[in-house]
Amino acid sequence: MITRRKLVGGLGATAGGLLVTGCDKLNETPDFRETLRLGEALTYRAQRLITDRGALAREFRPDQRSPVFRANGTRMPIGDAYAAHAAANFADWRLQVDGLVARPRAFSMAQLHSMPRRHQITRHDCVEGWSAIGKWTGVPLKLLLDLAGVRQSARYAVFHCADDYGPMNYYESIDLIDALHPQTILAWALNDRPLPIPNGAPLRLRVERMLGYKHAKYVERIELVDSLARFGKGKGGYWEDSNDYEWYAGI
Amino acid sequence: MDQPVPERPLVYRHRLITRIWHWINAVTVFVMLMSGLMIFNAHPRLYWGHYGANLDRAWLSIGATPDQGILSIGDLDIPTTGLLGRWTDSNGTIQTRAFPGWATIPSYYSLSAGRRWHLSFAWVLVIGGLFYWLASFLNRHVQKDLLPKRAELSPRHIWHDIKDHARLRFPTGEAALRYNILQKLAYLGVLFVLLPLIVLTGLTMSPAMDAAWPWLVDLFGGRQSARSIHFIAAMLIALFIVVHLLMVMLAGPFNEVRSMITGRYRLPKARRP
Repeated sequence: MITRRKLVGGLGATAGGLLVTGCDKLNETPDFRETLRLGEALTYRAQRLITDRGALAREFRPDQRSPVFRANGTRMPIGDAYAAHAAANFADWRLQVDGLVARPRAFSMAQLHSMPRRHQITRHDCVEGWSAIGKWTGVPLKLLLDLAGVRQSARYAVFHCADDYGPMNYYESIDLIDALHPQTILAWALNDRPLPIPNGAPLRLRVERMLGYKHAKYVERIELVDSLARFGKGKGGYWEDSNDYEWYAGI
Repeated sequence: MDQPVPERPLVYRHRLITRIWHWINAVTVFVMLMSGLMIFNAHPRLYWGHYGANLDRAWLSIGATPDQGILSIGDLDIPTTGLLGRWTDSNGTIQTRAFPGWATIPSYYSLSAGRRWHLSFAWVLVIGGLFYWLASFLNRHVQKDLLPKRAELSPRHIWHDIKDHARLRFPTGEAALRYNILQKLAYLGVLFVLLPLIVLTGLTMSPAMDAAWPWLVDLFGGRQSARSIHFIAAMLIALFIVVHLLMVMLAGPFNEVRSMITGRYRLPKARRP
């Protein structure tokens, strides 16, 4: 016998089931995904509009740091080339800055260490939801970009990394507002020690107003470009290409 | 003309703006809750303070042992096999994600898709909510229908209403046209406490917003605290929905749903003394 309770429960379960399968179907529909992308475009523009472009991320006291700074993603890049660099303590690592710049440059680690440095104790926010606070030391990206002379036509900085993800190496990109921000640095130390390999030795990007996956590790080349179309699938980063994560990761 | 008033007249009860907002939210809030659970599944642990990751102490976590799903709150471990932490998906495969597929969008694990749904529908929730706030102050819905009268706030009156609810003795006749005190408190709580709280704690999880509006982090005592409060507020909204649907079922689903679609509500027959 169909009781009212069973009927209501059954209808509820059916509606719930339809909702879930309906959402999965929608999620696999290209047009719907494009519609959802409008949310990202809106968030990017709204945040750029209502927030001060130079606003600084909070800096913490040394005693507010996480006891252990969690590493995520690549913990040890594969390949002999990186292993050789690691064995030599990254003495021969070079950072290339090129693309739409007036004077393409390559910097040795010794040069980077001798340049003006910035210390910042900041919070690292992973897209997964966790946060860790650590002290970073490194050279402001603006300094390197000014030495290279960014051309008027450049719109993005692309970070090419040494960690191989199979089809391609990791890469990331940010706009010039974030690239020239005073807290955007190429860090070579974490908590007053040389940057550990799991955290991106010898150089990683810190772009403090963005989620963790934007903070490219094992950086070997910074390329200034006017379009992201020719890299990977054109979405501006490894996770953006492979898993449809947002390029704008300020939220 | 002296026509007899029908005993159970059909009366106008819900304004158009209330009805539109209700149905937009009926979709939006479900999407927000379910895509939010997907995002939670990416890191099913909650902390207090500024930081919190796997090696830090969580006040709530959902995990799995080799044969059990476990919800841990403080020092308490609650077995939740079949529901949380360890459950069987629609293909019969055992999964060890926190929330089960039927409760998440999408039903399979995809943090990026969950985020796209969540962060897009958040705009609908916020814009709709702000518009409704404004309209409901201008048309005096808040002042006339939702704000409790002084007498209604007496403990006696509230206790009386709780007893009536517990006995499923709902208001009839003219009284059914007005919100009772528990309804008023519930709607005000959602409209002016939970919704603003969930939007602000959501914004506090944005590193870009934290830089621009540092008071957000101060207000909630840290990004991880904001994440915890966001989750608690979401659970309270889910609880509100459960009670709301239950009340609709008990009060007469046809009449209630009609009134939220057409605005017209048939007055329940007045109880004879």
